[in-house]
Amino acid sequence: MSSPGVTESQDAEQPARAAGPEQPHESTRRTGGGDLSTRALSLLQTGVGRNAGLVVALLLLCVVGAFTAGDRFASTDNALTILRLAATIGVVSIGMTFVITGGGIDLSVGAILALSSVWCTTLATQVIAEDTHWIVMAGVALLVGIGCGLVNGVLISYGRVVPFIATLAMLASARGLAEIISLRRTQIVTVPGFRDFFTARLLGVEVQVWLFALVAVIGWVVLNRTTFGRRTIAVGGNPEAARLAGINVRRHTVLLYVLVGVCCAIAALMLVARTTTGSSTHGTLYELDAIAAVVIGGTLLSGGRGTIVGTVFGVLIFTTLTNVFTLNNRSISEQSLLKGAIIVVAVLLQQRLANRKSSE
Amino acid sequence: MSLRSPLARAPRARRIGAGAVTALAAVSLAACTSNTPSTENEDASGQQAQNVVANDEPGDEVVIGFSAPAADHGWMGSITTSAKKAAEQYSDVDLRVAEGTNDVNLQISQVETFINDGVDAIVLLPFDGAAMTPVAMKAMEAGIPVINVDREFDDPNAARVTVLGDNYGMGVSAGTYICSQLEGQSDAVVAEIAGIDSLPLTQDRSQGFEDALKSCGLDVDNRVAADFTVEGGERAASNLLQAAPKIDAIWNHDDDQGVGVLAAIQNANRDEFFMVGGAGSANAMRSIKEGGSVLQATVIYPSTQAADGIKLARLLAQEKALGDLVEVEVPREVQLYAPVVTKENVDQFLPTAFES
Repeated sequence: MSSPGVTESQDAEQPARAAGPEQPHESTRRTGGGDLSTRALSLLQTGVGRNAGLVVALLLLCVVGAFTAGDRFASTDNALTILRLAATIGVVSIGMTFVITGGGIDLSVGAILALSSVWCTTLATQVIAEDTHWIVMAGVALLVGIGCGLVNGVLISYGRVVPFIATLAMLASARGLAEIISLRRTQIVTVPGFRDFFTARLLGVEVQVWLFALVAVIGWVVLNRTTFGRRTIAVGGNPEAARLAGINVRRHTVLLYVLVGVCCAIAALMLVARTTTGSSTHGTLYELDAIAAVVIGGTLLSGGRGTIVGTVFGVLIFTTLTNVFTLNNRSISEQSLLKGAIIVVAVLLQQRLANRKSSE
Repeated sequence: MSLRSPLARAPRARRIGAGAVTALAAVSLAACTSNTPSTENEDASGQQAQNVVANDEPGDEVVIGFSAPAADHGWMGSITTSAKKAAEQYSDVDLRVAEGTNDVNLQISQVETFINDGVDAIVLLPFDGAAMTPVAMKAMEAGIPVINVDREFDDPNAARVTVLGDNYGMGVSAGTYICSQLEGQSDAVVAEIAGIDSLPLTQDRSQGFEDALKSCGLDVDNRVAADFTVEGGERAASNLLQAAPKIDAIWNHDDDQGVGVLAAIQNANRDEFFMVGGAGSANAMRSIKEGGSVLQATVIYPSTQAADGIKLARLLAQEKALGDLVEVEVPREVQLYAPVVTKENVDQFLPTAFES
């Protein structure tokens, strides 16, 4: 009953990412084992160790890239290409990290992105935006994201629909609605200033990439340094205990889905700027890419443990992989195969760690 | 044909050799192996062959970037494979293929990679023409000519050359053929099985079909829409056959969905009509060649247009002109013809048809 309270006080003293995994399941905390293997294991279990694995994986990819494609890989332009590709899916993945850490899942992210992109580029919206400011489009996109998240969250926490099913329904409906609104046509952005804002460069890097960085930093702070973040971890780890500890689990769950909705809307705006279009086909299968990035990052799919840094690395690993494959003239199919293998290996490693931990 | 040609063409020639291609004139062979629709060359005679040879001579080494949507349809699969084949023909072409994606975000980054690489030309079949316009523009601004295939950009300045099929023309060809077959029967029942109805390409095809039928006093009595898949074709055709107890002619927009349409027709035990297909799959053409099926003809929407894109990209990069034209520069737009394939001319088209 008092455990979340204890957890919170412990968190404050802990290095942020280490706090995540240690959370609610545990009454006993390990303080580093006696023999070497336990010590190595405990290092792996801390955020630093786990992220070290991801850093190694990313570095390995970069070495392969530099080795096979040389200067074509190791150039500033190419790095920016990777980051631009990573930005959209990255923002979605940050939101997904919160939902998964909170014990849920959101399969509708790609569909919400599509709906936001379509709604903020309708003729009516654009006419208003042309008369006033492109920010109107951003507002519309955010409202759509919040609305969809709200529906998801309310269905899940008050309607007691399983997250998988509720968001699966949203996946179907949001894309359907996007098709109805756009008549399955591509809507072209004519509002001046909109694209310029997102593609403008700041210190040589596009605003859309900075936005990704900003969302990641805010996400990290919120998850690791705020009550909201600690509650998310508590709710994901053991909702009953969290409820008993006085957390309004239902309301918190709704907020989590709204948060991922907002992330989808931001990603939608980035994609609209990148393509100058809104379309019901935008964001197809982003849910899988986002979940994959979150999972290989080290966030537990069962909730209760989440890492933003891991997710960012997960996204970068997959986008760098794509880039290396493109540079080497390799097919998407081979890449998908490798992607699957990476996910399996990452999860197997995680499970091993989790098992060892629980058997201690 | 240059000295180089027989060597370069040997593997392809063997493959085609099984067919009756040997009976065709040298011009036609050139057409098949060069992956350009034969119609372009048919009226060109010997002079065309000479020009092709001149342009086929190895020139400066050129790097061409190529990107297309995922091969989730036989036609789209053939787009990439025929583009690769076209490139293999040339010792001076280094083709970089960024393969198959329906994610515009990813396709944009593929093109960005080509720009970073400083390729000599980019051949692009966008998943979504409008969405790929900004990055194509970026390539053009970087001095890399972009060859836009099939799905148009929304800004003409984003492409140096545009290669297009003719959707309206497909409808016209199908309608004209049906008119000629049903001559004099003004009360004939004509049915149409369209693709995805909301797509402009489907609307263009249907418009062309309607216009052509009107010119001989016919109209579309029954119309259903499917979705370019076998399953969708089966469903739509079953409904259509239920709705229309007697039909004289059917035009089905797409041969991939046609596999399902033919299955439905077989299940319903119907054969009082003839059918015209669309797109031009090898499957459909083999069936037309054998005869005995309701499928009598198909209208081509060339799946080799990206291959044409590669050839044009090479010409552009090597600063060569298009053979048979007086112009010094490669034209701005090439629109391909939509010929009707029947038992009589099927051998001519089979080699460039796509496998579904």
